[in-house]
Amino acid sequence: MNDIPGDLKFAKSHEWARVEEDGTVTVGISDHAQSSLGDLVYVELPEVGATPKQGDGVAVVESVKAASDIYTPVSGEVIEVNTALSDKPETINEDAFGRGWIFKLKISDKAELDELLTPDDYAQVAENDDH
Amino acid sequence: MTDKTELNATHRELGARMVDFGGWDMPIAYGSQIEEHHAVRKGAGMFDVSHMTVVDLTGERTRDFLRKLVANNVDKLAKPGKALYTCMLNERGGVVDDLIVYFLREDFFRLVVNAATRVNDLAWIEKHAGEFGVSVRERPEFGMIAVQGPTARETLIGLLPEDVREKAGKLGKFAAIEIEGPNGMPLFLARTGYTGEDGFEVVVPNSRVVELWKLLHEAGVAPAGLGARDTLRLEAGMNLYGQDMDESVTPWEAALAWTISLDEGRDFIGRAALEQQKATGVPRTMVGLVMDEKGVLRHGQKVLTAAGEGEILSGGFAPTLGKSVAFARVPVGELGDVRVDIRGKAVPVRVVKFPFVRDGQPMPGIVD
Repeated sequence: MNDIPGDLKFAKSHEWARVEEDGTVTVGISDHAQSSLGDLVYVELPEVGATPKQGDGVAVVESVKAASDIYTPVSGEVIEVNTALSDKPETINEDAFGRGWIFKLKISDKAELDELLTPDDYAQVAENDDH
Repeated sequence: MTDKTELNATHRELGARMVDFGGWDMPIAYGSQIEEHHAVRKGAGMFDVSHMTVVDLTGERTRDFLRKLVANNVDKLAKPGKALYTCMLNERGGVVDDLIVYFLREDFFRLVVNAATRVNDLAWIEKHAGEFGVSVRERPEFGMIAVQGPTARETLIGLLPEDVREKAGKLGKFAAIEIEGPNGMPLFLARTGYTGEDGFEVVVPNSRVVELWKLLHEAGVAPAGLGARDTLRLEAGMNLYGQDMDESVTPWEAALAWTISLDEGRDFIGRAALEQQKATGVPRTMVGLVMDEKGVLRHGQKVLTAAGEGEILSGGFAPTLGKSVAFARVPVGELGDVRVDIRGKAVPVRVVKFPFVRDGQPMPGIVD
């Protein structure tokens, strides 16, 4: 089943990226990822102002089961983090593609977006992950 | 080769997320692991523990054999049906496994041992059984369901034939009976568990285990996975073999001194090593930790103390407390301010007595 919003792009490591109208990029983890991790109990957010490169580990989500690194799908400057997750990490379980966003970036190289997966391609990755 | 319990298809029908656990394909959670945890603390939950190994020991000298095999004293088992938690040790005093011994008749004792250590355990038991003329029989034809929580007993008892309910209701803690179950199925009903809640562990023939599971489910008992089982037992201060102790760790170093019976003249395997370690000084001890800051203590993290470095054994998020707790093995001595290295950051923790949770409530001092 593919309930992935069509305006998202994905990294194989299960992060999503959405280009907003103002050109910034919002990043979160996929619904498949939150479901695999199980109940989230802690999110370590990146620092605003950090300038990670594509694929750098920038955040950590911890579920009851395990800790998992979150890699930024594109390079850029972190301009905002979802501080609401500090008290309510379970928001990611409830709404991974919406209220459960993790951070926003000012992207430094838009071409990197083309390297990401479409929702359909990512759905394949997620499905193979289950086997 | 992965083993499957009789309930495997039932777990899948319920939408369980399955994982490999000691060579068994087992449910880690059906939905939210935290909700399953709370279901057991507040009502009743059930776990498929059919992967655990039932071993029956028979022979006139079975009690003598167990006096030698295990570190706790089976002479504490005076009345048929009584159960005892104990370790069996190697000659160096290391823990081969932890297990429950049920006294059924003078020539018949039942053991329930861990799944992951099954092969090793059976070899070890058989190796020593011979000289006592005790026969060792694994019972793979049985499944096991643990029904746990404050309403677990009344729910299960409500499913039994009316004429045996009173008997089941009178069963004391850490005791077992053989009793007729629903629709005539034979049950071995033990008032034991691994969650810190009251309840039963029920041994039932494989051919009836799905039927019993479904009856319990219809009666409102929530299926719970191994994930919830782990957080429940951690909160309850119970050790997990392989994580909190193994063959390289003595019971003194694993907070299991209460299970060691150094009674006069009983020569159990590992006793000499235990006494020697006690005489020369036990180098390490197991303590409970609570972290008030956000984050999760995990197995393998480094623990920094004034007495030297230690490590997190079982660690995780404790849903009843809303914070993380752990067991840690640390050097014996004045620990000072204790910190845990989490991804390079030294995070302060408090050293506390465990259990962390009892009867569904945090113990005093665990939550500020």
